[in-house]
Amino acid sequence: MARQKIPTVSMAEATVDKLYEELSHRINAVSTSSCPIDIALGFVRLCHAQSCGKCTPCRVGLGQLATLIESVLDGEATEETVDLIEKTAESVYLTADCAIGYAAANMVLTGVRGFREDYISHIETGRCTCSFSRAVPCVSGCPANVDIPGYIALALEGRADDAIRVIRKDNPFPTACALICEHPCENYCRRRMIDGPMNIRGLKHYVCDKAPDVPAPECQPSTGKKVAVIGGGPSGLTCAYFLELMGHQVTVFEEKKQLGGMLRYGIPNYRLPRKRLQGDIDCILSTGVEARLNTKIDSPEEIKKIREEYDAVFIAIGAHKDKKLGLENEDAEGVVSAVDILRGIGDGIFPDHTGKKVVVIGGGNVAMDCTRTAIRANADKVSVVYRRRIVDMTALEEEITGAQAEGAEILELVAPSRIEKDENGHIRGLWVKQQMISRFNRGRPAPKDAGEEEYMIPCDLLIVAVGQAIESDRFAEYGVPRKWDQIDADDYTQVLGMDGVFAGGDCATGPATVIRAIAAGKAAAANIDEYLGFRHTISSGVTIPEAEVRDRIPCGRVNMREKEACERNKNFDPFEYVMTDKEAEQEAARCLRCDHFGFGCFRGGRIEKW
Amino acid sequence: MVNLTINGKKICVEDGTTILRAAEQNGIAIPTLCYLKDINEIGACRICVVEIEGMDRLAASCNNVVREGMTVYTHSPKVLAARKATLELILSEHDYSCATCVRNGNCQLQSLAEEFGLTADVYRKVIKKVSWDRSFPLIRDNEKCIKCMRCIQVCDKIQSLGVWDICGTSARTTVDVKEGLSIDKADCSLCGQCITHCPVGALHERDDKDALLKALGSRDKVKIVQVAPAVRAAWGEELGLKPEEATMQKMGEALRQLGFDYVFDTNFSADLTIMEEGSEFLQRFKNRDAHKFPMFTSCCPGWVRFIKTQYPDMVPQLSTAKSPQQMFGAAVKSYFAEKIGKSPKDIISVSVMPCVAKKAEAAYETMTTDERGRDVDIVITTRELVKMIKSANIDVAKLKDKPLDDPMSDGTGAAVIFGTTGGVMEAALRSAYFLATGRNPDPDAFRAVRGYHKGWNEAEFDLGGAKVRCAVASGLGNTRALIEAIRRGEAEYDFVEIMACPGGCAGGGGQPIRGFEMFEERGARLRRLDVNNPIRFSHENPSVGKLYDEYLKAPLGEKSHHLLHTDHLGWKI
Repeated sequence: MARQKIPTVSMAEATVDKLYEELSHRINAVSTSSCPIDIALGFVRLCHAQSCGKCTPCRVGLGQLATLIESVLDGEATEETVDLIEKTAESVYLTADCAIGYAAANMVLTGVRGFREDYISHIETGRCTCSFSRAVPCVSGCPANVDIPGYIALALEGRADDAIRVIRKDNPFPTACALICEHPCENYCRRRMIDGPMNIRGLKHYVCDKAPDVPAPECQPSTGKKVAVIGGGPSGLTCAYFLELMGHQVTVFEEKKQLGGMLRYGIPNYRLPRKRLQGDIDCILSTGVEARLNTKIDSPEEIKKIREEYDAVFIAIGAHKDKKLGLENEDAEGVVSAVDILRGIGDGIFPDHTGKKVVVIGGGNVAMDCTRTAIRANADKVSVVYRRRIVDMTALEEEITGAQAEGAEILELVAPSRIEKDENGHIRGLWVKQQMISRFNRGRPAPKDAGEEEYMIPCDLLIVAVGQAIESDRFAEYGVPRKWDQIDADDYTQVLGMDGVFAGGDCATGPATVIRAIAAGKAAAANIDEYLGFRHTISSGVTIPEAEVRDRIPCGRVNMREKEACERNKNFDPFEYVMTDKEAEQEAARCLRCDHFGFGCFRGGRIEKW
Repeated sequence: MVNLTINGKKICVEDGTTILRAAEQNGIAIPTLCYLKDINEIGACRICVVEIEGMDRLAASCNNVVREGMTVYTHSPKVLAARKATLELILSEHDYSCATCVRNGNCQLQSLAEEFGLTADVYRKVIKKVSWDRSFPLIRDNEKCIKCMRCIQVCDKIQSLGVWDICGTSARTTVDVKEGLSIDKADCSLCGQCITHCPVGALHERDDKDALLKALGSRDKVKIVQVAPAVRAAWGEELGLKPEEATMQKMGEALRQLGFDYVFDTNFSADLTIMEEGSEFLQRFKNRDAHKFPMFTSCCPGWVRFIKTQYPDMVPQLSTAKSPQQMFGAAVKSYFAEKIGKSPKDIISVSVMPCVAKKAEAAYETMTTDERGRDVDIVITTRELVKMIKSANIDVAKLKDKPLDDPMSDGTGAAVIFGTTGGVMEAALRSAYFLATGRNPDPDAFRAVRGYHKGWNEAEFDLGGAKVRCAVASGLGNTRALIEAIRRGEAEYDFVEIMACPGGCAGGGGQPIRGFEMFEERGARLRRLDVNNPIRFSHENPSVGKLYDEYLKAPLGEKSHHLLHTDHLGWKI
């Protein structure tokens, strides 16, 4: 008689596993417009279904929570009901025997505390105040609301030039975004419910390569109004572009030698080739934007003069100041900031690290840029020092794996403690302390000292990439309000208390993504136009092809291919291959056309003009 | 052009045609429910699904376009089974108390259920009631709403008011007044277009039939009814009468059988309106500097509600003339009461209107006086009239054409076209021309202002040397476009006619619901009545002349001022 059976998976178990996987895809396709309470109810029901039924709080409590939440949705609850939900969830959390119960109760607690006002408004108005207003997930997920299904449909028809026109309706940096956008749109893509998100950025790369020379649209008749834009980065240039199209005359004041801001002085050539960036900038300038380079607006007097001379001012100076570690001997020779390294490259000064050991401190995209730049500058060895684990890094995953493939060592759970310098004042090495990962703090697992001996990582060059700050002192002296070092502008990009002064991009939000800077520039253009007494509109003039009705059979997403690491790490040449025609066609055909199917054909499917 | 096959038939249609329209153009019917041509093509109800060869899932035909080589089946077993299941789902959230429903016998959902031969409820019924102010002229019954979204779309796209909105998400998604407002605070014009475009009985006017029955039963009162011009163009449609049979005189007989003592014609007061409003216009026109232009007509209460909420600063530009309904009521309770030697309090003044807003208008405080009470006591719609005739089992086909009653029944051709877009303007211009030049123009000289389309009609006419720039719009979306153009200074007019409903009262919110637009056909019926009328000028209406001679003396005189004009600022919405 055999006594031990090999575990096997029944058909039912395998099917449920598959369903769980599909459900996780669906949950990953973040919905931006569902009723949070209805979603909470769904979660509780799912958790309850997982209950083994042994212990009371989980078996009974989760069911009662579901009933209570439902009574809120049905308009049958009072404020006491919300209190009861909270009390019940707390007690289930405190008493359930295993995580199935207490983690579920904790979710309810998070919800009832996180969106209590939604609960209350349901109770007070007897209805849900949220509406399904964000019909097209990718478009609402894009800060600049680029018409993604629109240009993908055009890509599918081989109309790359029209696709560029559609992108430029909301974003004058199609090429830059095609190459380096963090594509938040893809997080929301409904295609995730079937197989995986669309490769939206990849398709944008494709159309930009196909149609590199699409001219800017005609400007509307001149209004005679003059607008000053301080800062020639993505936010400032976006604002300038749209204001020119609306008929205003814009002057951009740029302190550096060239335009582009962080696109030029923060992102290395192998990710965004200068020629391609220049293509976007040239198109923007072709609308008539006047650019004054090497012109730093350095004093309150100069700001005052600009305000007097122009009808409106947009401040978009970005975040170009380096942040210090505050370590002993940080002034040693050989300690440099990421901002300095990348700025040099922006102006064509490529470093040579031959024979050097380089250490980069940081875990964001800028740290990865510095790492991969150092590798290309022929360093002997490049190590990244990061306090948390690799999985906790804020850099995009492909940036991390790319850097590793190119030869970078990533030392996780290592915290810098001091810098040692030699007798000449030059760095000798970075002393670090081993960390261990610990409890969550503000949603992220925090590191703590592992209690081991401090040790030194010898190095000749230390690049500090721990964030950027904003050089806003001169604006503060003039009287522009600030929050910390950020220019204090409202959600409409208006600087409160300063008539006709607007601000946006990194300088108003802190360092963020390019597409958010572009979105701020777009919003500022609309609000400045309004401020100047106009209501110009921007449209593409392109008719989007009708959506084709067909089955959506699961199909893998076409990912971007790259040059092999041992080749690409020798030079600053771009390494991402564009999709082939066949790949692009297949990928574009995966688009579910949420502008047409679902809520989109009723409301909010397309913003033809703004 | 695109080649495709539907149900084995090879057809060729224009690029971009929807499957539904392609089928329709080729005589193949596909059932629909939420679909409303050009207004609501959103694939919400899923009744119009079809099978496309090579596709596993079915496709909505109303908003998906044909493509080359497509093979479509509109009633394959797969399609029919899926449609039936969908229909059963729709019914599970629809309170089909058909016997007591205002749309019993005229309901698209009921027809579909009949066509599909449904015999039992498959799903548990989940009916959600929502409370509603039943005294408001427009009523929404949530338990009947099938969320087709037509009302939202009509109010948005055609009327530009956006009174209705989606409320809630997921299972609790429904239609409700925007922003959680109550209907009386939502700037509703009461045009009633949401009612006439509702496929079921979720939207309807307040039922005033019982109040009318009660009134008709009171022996000591004199019961008087007036019938609006556009009613005659539509009342016979659901009574099995051909347009030429459905005469005003037959309707008069039916009304007498229902118990009215006197049957009059609002055409009479339409002519009266022209005398007052036309004179007012000429007076303003002569004193240009003292007035803002254009002057707007004031006969459509939906429009008056619209301007009061949307452009309150322009209310003084409305003619002060009351609408024909209200002029009539005032004249009945003064001039006519004196004639028959009765106190106004002993008269019940009823109107039959193609309109929902008229129910509200009759109740405004400015339309009531101490001596007369309400000018119009009860307003019923054309639909309510038809129901009353049916409930009394009056065989209208057998009724004889007998003349209406004296002295307020004469109406000219100019009056009857009040019921169609451009008609008020034409009638006014015919008489204004006469007043300005002393001679009649060709009655069809002002035809340029006729007809409904997107936008508005404009024309310039020479009234004895003075150029008058006129514009006519119907539908409140068109109206908004016109007013915005005026406000931006892109358009300049002297005299503007507005009707809230597309096509004017012929397409009014109180008219019979046919499932398709009828305003053009009904408008044409009214135009024919104009042409066939021996008198085509309001100033030639003998009864109106007599009213002035015997009672009012002259247009814009003191008596007119009290009886026939109103202060549009004297009441609030």
